[in-house]
Amino acid sequence: MTVLFSVFLLTLLVITAIAAVQSRNLFVSVMLLGIFSLLIAANFLLLDAADVALTEAAVGAGISTVLFLGALALTFEREHRPTPHRWLSLAVVFAATLVVLYATFDKPKFGDPGAPVQVHVAPWYIEKTPEVIDVPNIVTAVLASFRGYDTLGEVFVVFTAGIGVLFLLSASHGHAAQRRPHNGDESKIGLRNDLIPRVVGRLLVPFILLFGLYVQFHGDYGPGGGFQAGALIAAAVILFALVEGEERTLEAIPRGALLALMVSGAMLYGLVGVAGIFLGGEFLNYSVLADDPIAGQHLGIILIEAGVGLTVTGVLLSIFHAFAARDRF
Amino acid sequence: MQVVLDIISWVLLTAGGAFVLVGGIGALRMPNLYTRMHAASVTDTVGAILVLGGIMLQAGLTLATIKLAAILLFLLITSPTASYALANAAMIAGVKPEAGRAPDTEHDS
Repeated sequence: MTVLFSVFLLTLLVITAIAAVQSRNLFVSVMLLGIFSLLIAANFLLLDAADVALTEAAVGAGISTVLFLGALALTFEREHRPTPHRWLSLAVVFAATLVVLYATFDKPKFGDPGAPVQVHVAPWYIEKTPEVIDVPNIVTAVLASFRGYDTLGEVFVVFTAGIGVLFLLSASHGHAAQRRPHNGDESKIGLRNDLIPRVVGRLLVPFILLFGLYVQFHGDYGPGGGFQAGALIAAAVILFALVEGEERTLEAIPRGALLALMVSGAMLYGLVGVAGIFLGGEFLNYSVLADDPIAGQHLGIILIEAGVGLTVTGVLLSIFHAFAARDRF
Repeated sequence: MQVVLDIISWVLLTAGGAFVLVGGIGALRMPNLYTRMHAASVTDTVGAILVLGGIMLQAGLTLATIKLAAILLFLLITSPTASYALANAAMIAGVKPEAGRAPDTEHDS
């Protein structure tokens, strides 16, 4: 049954991908990409990867759609004429597809218990998690503790990406505050004149924030964690910005606060690692953070997940504001 | 008792699936934007209520049912709002509701 559903979803996925590439209207393409993300999230859920599904749904279908629309608002809705070298690109893509298809013949079959991924370190994680870390969600144990270095790297990738976008988008104009002199600008007042979306949007924001906090702090016990929570909280603030206008959002959470969120999250993660060294362990060894090693692991995981959440929220919102603050190119 | 619940649940699920299918066909076949939205709204309302009701009966009195009820509540609030926003945006963009076969405003797909 799972295989049947998977094949169905993957077929829809291929159709959506082709449609997104085919469409000359970029707005349609963005919507199709959102559907693509939702479909792949459903597929992850079928494969029991609830954490990844949650991330994909929140980031892929939610935030990136908003960011794409922000980028479209700055440029044009319709694609330019295709470049003349289409046959060359088609040939390259075709050859690459053949190579990838050939490579799949060497891969283990779907659900094969003897596959390398099942027999390498995974059994050790499953066996040791209750003993060493003792959180019900093994994904969180692996992500935050066993593979803490990888997640540290991911947080710094997100942080660097945020800094990079801020540099690129705020480079050419230094007077963001003086731009937009005309009143009644759409992005300034948002949907404040539109009663129904405004009421419903304002109603939903606190619930989304609450759900974000739940996902943040419930990550040890169920699907969730800093990445998903950061995306959800950013989504709540972006919804507020859409219904109340960007200026009121910046009054509530100014740019400086967003930068502080970005920096403090990454710093918190790094400092938890350094604290491990000072307390006599290795970098990112949480066992020494408390008297009891397991309590130390719990404390460390909560702290670094908080760091992840802060950075992701700060970066996503900074990128959103950077897009929203620009005029057409 | 369990059998009765199962039967009711499957009736709800099947009926919900049928309404979703009808909504999908309508969204494809209707002549212009407003009639298409009208058809698609069947999916959001009757379809969602029936399918989620069917799943709730399958789940029984558990935490999952409460979560499903919350999802249903949010769907019933958000999807009419989305429909309203879409129709309103179409009105502002100048798509006129017309009887009969109105010229389709979509450029391509």
